[in-house]
Amino acid sequence: MSGVTIAHAVRCEALHKRYGDVVAVDGLSLTVQRGECFGLLGPNGAGKTTTIEILEGLLQPDAGAVEVLGLTWRHHAIELRQRLGIQLQETQLADKLTVAETLRLFRSFYRAGRTVDELLRVVELESKRDSWVVKLSGGQKQRLALACALAGAPDLLFLDEPTTGLDPQSRRQLWEVLGRFRAGGGTILLTTHYMDEAQALCDRVAIVDRGHVIALGTPQELIATLTAPRVVTHHGTLEDVFMSLTGRHLRDDED
Amino acid sequence: MRTEAYPPLVELTLARLREFVREPEAMFWAFIFPIIMSVALAVAFPGQEARPALVGVVDGPGAEALRAALAGHDDIVLREIPAGSDLSAIRDGDVQVIVVPGTPPTYRFDPERAEGRVARLVVDNALKRAAGRTEPWVAREDAVAVPGSRYIDWLIPGLLGMNIMSTGMWGIGFAIVQARLRKLLKRLVASPMRRTHYLLAQMLARLVFLAPEAIVPLAFGALVLGMPVRGSLAAIIIVCVWGAITFTALGLLAGSRARTLEAISGLLNLSMVPMWIVSGVFFSSSNFPPAVQPAIQALPLTALNDALRAVILEGAPLRQIASELAIMAGWAVSSFILALKLFRWR
Repeated sequence: MSGVTIAHAVRCEALHKRYGDVVAVDGLSLTVQRGECFGLLGPNGAGKTTTIEILEGLLQPDAGAVEVLGLTWRHHAIELRQRLGIQLQETQLADKLTVAETLRLFRSFYRAGRTVDELLRVVELESKRDSWVVKLSGGQKQRLALACALAGAPDLLFLDEPTTGLDPQSRRQLWEVLGRFRAGGGTILLTTHYMDEAQALCDRVAIVDRGHVIALGTPQELIATLTAPRVVTHHGTLEDVFMSLTGRHLRDDED
Repeated sequence: MRTEAYPPLVELTLARLREFVREPEAMFWAFIFPIIMSVALAVAFPGQEARPALVGVVDGPGAEALRAALAGHDDIVLREIPAGSDLSAIRDGDVQVIVVPGTPPTYRFDPERAEGRVARLVVDNALKRAAGRTEPWVAREDAVAVPGSRYIDWLIPGLLGMNIMSTGMWGIGFAIVQARLRKLLKRLVASPMRRTHYLLAQMLARLVFLAPEAIVPLAFGALVLGMPVRGSLAAIIIVCVWGAITFTALGLLAGSRARTLEAISGLLNLSMVPMWIVSGVFFSSSNFPPAVQPAIQALPLTALNDALRAVILEGAPLRQIASELAIMAGWAVSSFILALKLFRWR
């Protein structure tokens, strides 16, 4: 790579994506700085997954520009795949491979990265190394998926709802792994519909509704924009921010 | 235990092999089923000895005399047939010919069945001799057994071909659709994995299991059923591998777009069942009219079965089956390229 340091890890301008009559992403723009943890917060169906999958190079936008690590999917797909770590929503890894076999498989795709033992230690799955994936708990499966994303020692990690469906202890365990990744200089872009997750993990948050960003800032800044007196009387949360912006609850339409 | 990874193509192949051996149902279809099939065939086709004609006599005046005339022959078995069920007895193979008493008696049989025609001759001879016919002369008989000319000899290579087709197509098509359903394919293409590596690994894993899948029916046929194996082992291996590559490529193509297990099952049945019928598994494809022969000969299973029979039963050298190998290669290459183009990774 060139010696020039590019300040932003992700930049996209005016993304549009529609599926038939449904507009999933409607003019969304955002910039993620190197080393920061950036959250896309919004209800289900807000366009978070479509957005992150466009940034991951898995979907083509109908319009708009994407730059990841200063590179474009059109010209540098192979290079980008080596440098990104990706965790998708709802991936089921092969049931009847062991944890170590799964990691070895993913590790084989990358030209450089951590050893299987290091990966197991990072996500605290050493005791499960020879268990079949099907025998793991939900939290262990998510940590294995995260370890697969970390296999190539990525510069940038994309996580789509990494803790959805997990119990509080498993979520906290996963957050700790992400904290260690950031401490090592990594950048994270994640989607979530949990306010507490965004507050706990993210330096900056973009609140997404109906395919575009309706608010952007640090969690504290967003909460500080609240003017409604009923909210100020107690400690404001991102939930309150979302409500004051849209008149709806963030998790109204959660299944 | 190793912790460092092999190259991706090896790891992908190993992953597929591990998943397969850890799946009891898949193991059953690949290994146990051919054995059961072969045992069933051994029971159905016990050996070369001539089987007796199965004869029924309808009750009526003179029936006892007919039964007496037919009794005591090695090559005739008399069976009771309940009144009124004579046609169903012929249909079900309980008897091959029915004798209706009268002057002269009537033979009721199905001339479209070879065993019916034989039984008629046997009964006719026995009755006429009993009625006093004298033979002008009796020919000397020189009984020889020509190995390789029995139906079972012809059938086994066809079953082997059918097995190579179905394990190839099911094994690949189903595994791919399952991975697609689980969004595992999508996760893999989000990594730097090369897509051709994934597809090649599926094929390589199948080829590893081809060896036992082919050896079981061949060894059973040769050792238990006395099927002759005239071709060189190398030629037989080449034809089996060639066929397996062809059908795994077709399996990739079948699985390239399907999004549900129902869709892939339908697609696989739709492509395989016609070939079971026309490609000479259970009966020769020459039974079909000349107008459709070019199409039948162009099918991959016809080519594989013809090639297998040629090398196993006739000991044909590879150059003699060059056209069959070319047909299979054509299917393999075009299917693989098309699968790669059409493949739905999400």
